[in-house]
Amino acid sequence: MKTTSVMIVGVGGQGSLLASKLLGRLLVDEGYDVKVSEVHGMSQRGGSVVTYVRFGDKVYSPIVTEGEADIIIAFEKLEAARYAKYLKADGRIVVNTQQIDPMPVIIGAAEYPADVLEELTAKGVQVEALDALSLAQQAGSAKAVNIVLMGRAAKHFNIPYERWIAAIENTVNPKFVEMNKIAFDLGYSA
Amino acid sequence: MKKLMIGNQAVAAGLYDGGLQVVSSYPGTPSTEITEFLAKYDDIHSEWAPNEKVACEVAFGASLAGARSACAMKHVGLNVAADPLFTLSYTGVTGGMVICVADDPAMHSSQNEQDSRHYAMAAKVPMLEPADSAEAYAYAKAAFRLSEEYDTPVLLRMCTRIAHSQSIVEVGEREQAPIKEYVKNPQKYIMMPGNAIKRHPVVEQRTEALRALAEDCAFNTVELNSDEIGIITSGCSYLYVKEVLGDSASILKIGMPYPLPVDLIKDFAAKVKKLYVIEELDPFIENHVRALGLDVVGKDVFSLLGEFSQQTIAAAFGKEPNPCVAADSAIPNRPPMMCAGCPHRGLFYTLAKNKITALGDIGCYTLGAVPPLNALDSTLCMGASVSGLHGFNLARGAEAEKKSVAVIGDSTFMHSGMTGLVNVAYNATNSTVIILDNSITGMTGHQHNPTTGYNIKGDPAAKVDLEALCRALGINRVRVVDPYDLKACDTAIKEELAAEEPSVIISRRPCVLLKSVKALPPLKVEADKCKSCKRCMTLGCPAISMKDGKAVVDATLCVGCGVCKQLCAFDAIV
Repeated sequence: MKTTSVMIVGVGGQGSLLASKLLGRLLVDEGYDVKVSEVHGMSQRGGSVVTYVRFGDKVYSPIVTEGEADIIIAFEKLEAARYAKYLKADGRIVVNTQQIDPMPVIIGAAEYPADVLEELTAKGVQVEALDALSLAQQAGSAKAVNIVLMGRAAKHFNIPYERWIAAIENTVNPKFVEMNKIAFDLGYSA
Repeated sequence: MKKLMIGNQAVAAGLYDGGLQVVSSYPGTPSTEITEFLAKYDDIHSEWAPNEKVACEVAFGASLAGARSACAMKHVGLNVAADPLFTLSYTGVTGGMVICVADDPAMHSSQNEQDSRHYAMAAKVPMLEPADSAEAYAYAKAAFRLSEEYDTPVLLRMCTRIAHSQSIVEVGEREQAPIKEYVKNPQKYIMMPGNAIKRHPVVEQRTEALRALAEDCAFNTVELNSDEIGIITSGCSYLYVKEVLGDSASILKIGMPYPLPVDLIKDFAAKVKKLYVIEELDPFIENHVRALGLDVVGKDVFSLLGEFSQQTIAAAFGKEPNPCVAADSAIPNRPPMMCAGCPHRGLFYTLAKNKITALGDIGCYTLGAVPPLNALDSTLCMGASVSGLHGFNLARGAEAEKKSVAVIGDSTFMHSGMTGLVNVAYNATNSTVIILDNSITGMTGHQHNPTTGYNIKGDPAAKVDLEALCRALGINRVRVVDPYDLKACDTAIKEELAAEEPSVIISRRPCVLLKSVKALPPLKVEADKCKSCKRCMTLGCPAISMKDGKAVVDATLCVGCGVCKQLCAFDAIV
């Protein structure tokens, strides 16, 4: 099997670590060779964060480069736009419609681009946008944005629903498993 | 069992299964998790040392005592530990000793891009370099046997991509390495000239023996696939080469970058028409290959700067770039920043407001340098704020002393700020040093240090009294200020700058990300009172922004620190 490349992008503190942990664990259990790469450190302080997940029969490089990603799971709109060039020509973006202003926008040194998702759609990118924050709040916690988005993205992996649920049970803190299952379902059926 | 592990976790597992008994480290991205994972084992001793030199010397002492030991640090940490390293090469070891060092090509979280392989050559110590987590585990485990067999410390080189990438590892059993009998051996361990002069030839002989090993060992492997193209490579560069070229090129993978083999390389070169060396950062392998008289493509094509990727390899071998689409809109950067409620913010705001020259240091508070605060003038290395300020004031005199400060974190002060402060007192400049005491080592992800009162396992430990310490180092004027209180910050800074003697201000408030810190209710802006003056915006707090001409506070980010409230002249923030 050819290597599949996934990117999880967002803002430091949005929970991309748990999302990549969930996906990594699931893919190992499915019997794939898997590599997951993220950079710790400075990025934790509200900066742009990106995680690469690659799986297949044999994976060499732990990172994804431009024009290579099969799917980008974006926790924030601007981050979706930032990494869109990493998508394959027929790749897709699952994106949370939430807007989080970066410091250059907050202090007025730059503008948050309007209609950036529409722009990508016009260019032929398959964009699946959803209000993951509202769905997460509906599930019981704003922090579950990550799992809502994984639920939405799950359809594009050739892995049965039950296996995802099992991965949540194996990865998430037992106290939050039920809430995260609801969040996953809300994303899955969105 | 097959497990997905980051490289650093695999190193920890490998060291443990290699019989490790003592580990001492100072945190530093991208090396920190090695020691954090080791701290989870209860049958070995693990600790955070105040700096890398101490850590390395603790590992030395444990090795001298007959135990297998290790220390871990980032690349610049090895500069600090270089002093023991160079002479450890002469003494060799009793229990096996591994020094883990993690380079940071592309400077994801560092102040330079130095290549640690030069240290292996300069100190004449063997170095291993894994390319994924499975190798990280195997090499860490094997390093102890190598260390004891060749009587040398062993450097284990990681880089950010290997340290922080997860791949599959199958862990084995812990090797039992009981502590060896202690036998006093002055000729080997007392490195005064008469003894050291006899140890130097031993070092040279050892290097030759290790070079012979390099010719035929499991670390350096050959894949003969093509007689057209031969590539010598190592670490993550190997992964990118395999990703792009697969089995279409011959590959000599170097897992032991020092000492490098001679015949193995010559034989490999003789089997291919065109020879490449592909390595990140400096031409370390390439220089060796060139010195053998071989013609090679290397840094003339592959950059000295940053990280490589599969794209680097694809471009060099004439492959078309992947088609991709990009948004036309300008995408604003999203730089890291100080968190909402960060205790450093109020202090930096006061420095910026008073146009103070501030020599900075290494930690979260380096972020005080970015807009809108722009509060720092320099950041060099751990501790350089304090010693640098003294030099700055010596050069510029009394006027500078009244307008300049050093800012340094609690952990960095323990690491190497204390010696600089002794120098300030002893050689007498009227310098003002501000210790940003947030009760934790912040930037690397919350590690304890000697000022927090807890050890690596979170158990209570001796706690350094910073005020008493600064007084003991010769500073008479020591005061504590709450950085959430802007007026108090302003007064303290003005008074200490005016003082005719050196002084220390301890800006004390725990990091807001600590679990023990309870957030206060979020503040809000009363829109009718807001005059849109944007004074609150000058703090650079991520929780405050302007919407429809009025300031608004994001209730999900705000922790109620109240610093913005003190700035508002119209009482609009409540």
